[in-house]
Amino acid sequence: MIYNIPFFAVIILIAVGMYAVIFRSNLIKIAIGITIVESAVNLFLITLGYREGGVAPIYTNLPSGVAIPGGMVLPVPQALTLTSIVIGVAVLALMLSFIIRIYQYYGTLDSRKIRRLKE
Amino acid sequence: MRKIAVLVFAIFFAFMFLAAYDMHDFGAPPSEMDDYIIGGQNQTTGEWYGTQNDTGANNAVTAVVFDYRGYDTLGEATVLFTAIAGVMVVLRRRGKNE
Amino acid sequence: MSEKTNGNSEGLSPIVKVVSSMIFPFIMIFSFYVIMHGHLTPGGGFQGGAIGASAVVMLIVAFGARHTEKRAGEEKLSLFESMGGTLFVAVAIFGFIMAATFMSNFLVGSEIFGEKPPFGPNGGILNTGGILPILNFAVGMKVIGGLSAVVLAMALVSKEED
Repeated sequence: MIYNIPFFAVIILIAVGMYAVIFRSNLIKIAIGITIVESAVNLFLITLGYREGGVAPIYTNLPSGVAIPGGMVLPVPQALTLTSIVIGVAVLALMLSFIIRIYQYYGTLDSRKIRRLKE
Repeated sequence: MRKIAVLVFAIFFAFMFLAAYDMHDFGAPPSEMDDYIIGGQNQTTGEWYGTQNDTGANNAVTAVVFDYRGYDTLGEATVLFTAIAGVMVVLRRRGKNE
Repeated sequence: MSEKTNGNSEGLSPIVKVVSSMIFPFIMIFSFYVIMHGHLTPGGGFQGGAIGASAVVMLIVAFGARHTEKRAGEEKLSLFESMGGTLFVAVAIFGFIMAATFMSNFLVGSEIFGEKPPFGPNGGILNTGGILPILNFAVGMKVIGGLSAVVLAMALVSKEED
């Protein structure tokens, strides 16, 4: 059980992120919670592809004594994580631009008051 | 309303803790699924396969992102373009010339 | 250099303006190195593009948003980004014309980027890689233009109430 600690770290990060999304009413805190869930999913993807005692799958200046297909870490989960990080940045930029416009129009950042001040 | 949210939260995370006990061990992936990308020598015919023979790149991760899965990178470039176009529409200033 | 630092009253002090405009070309050279060696060392298009975008953001912080908008405005950055995307799709369609499939690696045996490295650990030859350096360069242009335009738009929207 003690060898699976990265999976438990992923679960704790998802719990912290979803607590911030569900139980807080400030819009910036909700955006931070969504980013924490995004980071937890990226950590989970990288953790799936680890091999015990492995090096990076790059042939340039490889240290000597590494078995060629058996001593390297899997490269496909790292490629999927790269795509996921870039998409997370794009979604965060769009969320923050909407928050700027909401603050200019309503004057407040509380998500419980925005529904009631319809002008 | 708040008590229902706390109850659903607790049940969801109890399931996830039970699932984390059943995952495979941390250092041993279940199969040798990426060995045809990293490379080696075919035992019967003696020809080389893998990243350096198919694409000519030393970096296996870049070869997977741009050559074996280049369609996903095209889709990701489209998502980046759409998000940046959305930001430029929302944050437009009030007409400099008109 | 005095016409850059005495003209406007926004931004930081003249020491910061002079030093940041002196090290800006070196950061862009480092970003270009990380982009073009993407098939040999860790890095590639997205990572080098983030380094280049952070160099442009350093200029926005040092000189103020209005002064940077006259030199590298939103139309120029948007054109830079669109050229990167068009180059990506053009190389992929050109691969469809030369071989049978979309985005096929048609430069592996030829002369431009087409050597095959010897199997196993080696020192890294720049001439290898097929169409990978061209695609890395296109994605790097796209990321530099896009992230700089987003930060410039966010910095300018808070100054329009004056």
